[in-house]
Amino acid sequence: MSAQRTTRITLAKGLNMGLRRAMEDDPKVLVMGEDVGKLGGVFRITDGLQKDFGEDRVIDSPLAESGIVGTAVGMALRGYRPVVEIQFDGFVYPAYDQIVCQVAKMCYRSKGRTPMPMVIRIPFGGGIGAVEHHSESPEAQFAHTPGLKVVACSNPVDGYWMIQQAIASDDPVVFLEPKRQYHADKADLDETTTPEPLFASRVVRRGTDATVVAYGPTVKTAMRAAEAAATEGQSLEVVDLRTLSPLDLDPVYDSVRRTGRLVVCHEAHVNLGMGAEVAARVAEECFYSLEAPVLRVGGFDTPYPASRIEEDFLPDLDRVLDAVDRSLAY
Amino acid sequence: MTPTPNPGPDFGPGLAEVFGPQQQDGGPELVQLLTPEGERRHHDDFDLDFSAEQLRGFYRDMVLVRRLDTEATALQRHGELGIWAQLLGQEAAQIGCGRALRPQDYVFPTYREHGVAWCKGVDPLDLLGLFRGVDHGRWDPRENNFHLYTIVIGAQALHATGYAMGVQRDGAVGTGDPERDTAVVAHFGDGASSQGDVNEAFIFAASYQAPVVFFCQNNQWAISEPIERQSRIPLYQRALGFGFPGVRVDGNDVLATYAVAQAALQRAREGSGPTLVEAYTYRMGAHTTTDDPTRYRVDDDVEHWKLKDPIARLEVYLRRNGLIDDDFQATLKQEADDLGHRLREGCKALPDPAPSAMFDHVYAEETPELRAQREGYAAYLGSFEEAGR
Repeated sequence: MSAQRTTRITLAKGLNMGLRRAMEDDPKVLVMGEDVGKLGGVFRITDGLQKDFGEDRVIDSPLAESGIVGTAVGMALRGYRPVVEIQFDGFVYPAYDQIVCQVAKMCYRSKGRTPMPMVIRIPFGGGIGAVEHHSESPEAQFAHTPGLKVVACSNPVDGYWMIQQAIASDDPVVFLEPKRQYHADKADLDETTTPEPLFASRVVRRGTDATVVAYGPTVKTAMRAAEAAATEGQSLEVVDLRTLSPLDLDPVYDSVRRTGRLVVCHEAHVNLGMGAEVAARVAEECFYSLEAPVLRVGGFDTPYPASRIEEDFLPDLDRVLDAVDRSLAY
Repeated sequence: MTPTPNPGPDFGPGLAEVFGPQQQDGGPELVQLLTPEGERRHHDDFDLDFSAEQLRGFYRDMVLVRRLDTEATALQRHGELGIWAQLLGQEAAQIGCGRALRPQDYVFPTYREHGVAWCKGVDPLDLLGLFRGVDHGRWDPRENNFHLYTIVIGAQALHATGYAMGVQRDGAVGTGDPERDTAVVAHFGDGASSQGDVNEAFIFAASYQAPVVFFCQNNQWAISEPIERQSRIPLYQRALGFGFPGVRVDGNDVLATYAVAQAALQRAREGSGPTLVEAYTYRMGAHTTTDDPTRYRVDDDVEHWKLKDPIARLEVYLRRNGLIDDDFQATLKQEADDLGHRLREGCKALPDPAPSAMFDHVYAEETPELRAQREGYAAYLGSFEEAGR
């Protein structure tokens, strides 16, 4: 047991450190994507990795997303564990066919003989004032696909552990990183602790009046909403889903059985989003505990708007509190 | 409406200046070692001395995979297979390439590479499962270095390229050790040459000098669409634009296909990067057993290509040179009949999977959600049994 080592890190740093440690631990781990080498990625998540691990393991790819994921399939078949970076959420669609038809089905088609230990990292979500196609939340499209696992980290410490756990998984993992959080907040990382399992949600704030479920960038929103609600005497419980496929809803059921009220919050469009699935399952499991309908707060069912009005599209503290109020008033 | 005869590619005045006039039957660039009449030809760049044993082996392979194809087609007609993708006419292209492989070479097929599967040692019976609808591929890809059939057109070209990049990282190219140096083959057709994935594979392979051979069987048809709908220039010439060599070989000539494939595979194994081989051939059958080519092509084309039959020309050569006799033919016929019998009986005996098999191997590590669905469905089915229904 090594001595406790606490480092204060951002999410970007946590992911970078996690990638580095995974590459140190397993020589079969490769990183590939656009600009991930010398530049260290447009968000600097892979900063310094090529310098230390070489061009064979940190691969600057041609500018072709289907090519990145498709060649990663071949590398995985050869025994490697590729970690590919899709530069922005809105650019994943050229690779959609490879992800959905090939990556997701390879283990199934081969009766488990050729698993796909691959991580597809996608910076997702808005709030950075970007031009179109740079702020999207495509998670439901991947969570809807059998054969893929989908996770979203929300904080620096999770970033460090979850990326390593995703790389160690023998199943393909779509790994969503809230880009707005990359360089936003710092947290203390103790590398000597044992992390929670990857595919587990977590109660991040205890409360008694209503439950707010969030993941990725909206965890921070939900936490701020809970703090604001507390000043008005409302006690909100906040659950960070962390894993979107499989969903780990036992902590949510447990919470709803105590609070009787649930608000689900995500940046993705509400229609047929993750919130719909959470609501359906909670209705099935907690029908007699619910004091109000499950409410969803999310992006409107429009294309992502121009950045000057994106804060109106994105769920914020007030919209979460508005939903909580409606739930409590029901 | 009667289809009009296929006029062949028309490059137009601008392109003709660059690429030369329209060429029938592959043009002078076609590498050929055995003419349709069974005459042996010399080629300056691609020529080999073939032993009698090798030649007889090619012939036997082609006869047997044609039988495999014929049997499978018949099994579909009898309702034992849902569909079958015929290789009729492409035997030389597949056997020539398949026999040039070494055991460590890895192959990414389309759904029509029955001849290559044969060369790689995949049990032909295992090919039928996918088409019968009892699985998505029966064979273990790792056992024979032959990947599962890929249905999505062209997707496998990227897999081959990535696999080849892995081979590079394993240091399994350019060592000079014939048992270590490894080539990867991406099979695809003329239709797939229009796919983004194939073109991206060309770019990745060229960029990293990956040890991959892009083996395109240009059988002239993508279901109903002729090659002119896919390309305004001969396909092999595309390679140059991507930065690696392309060769057009007579895909109905097993000797030439073998020689060209071997050279391309050797380039890959040596670390000299990718090659595009365009095996110029013809899809003599339908696209699949559900297709009706009489709606879009004329008999004249098919009759013209019948004269170039890959098996007939080698048979003429072997007979003329006294390399096969009636005994050889009788033995081979018996072998083909035995194969046919085995495929017929084996296909009918392929069991339907248990319904619960649909839940197997979705993940390497099953999720609790899926386990619950599996158990729930089993209980649901069990409830009928309990009710005695």
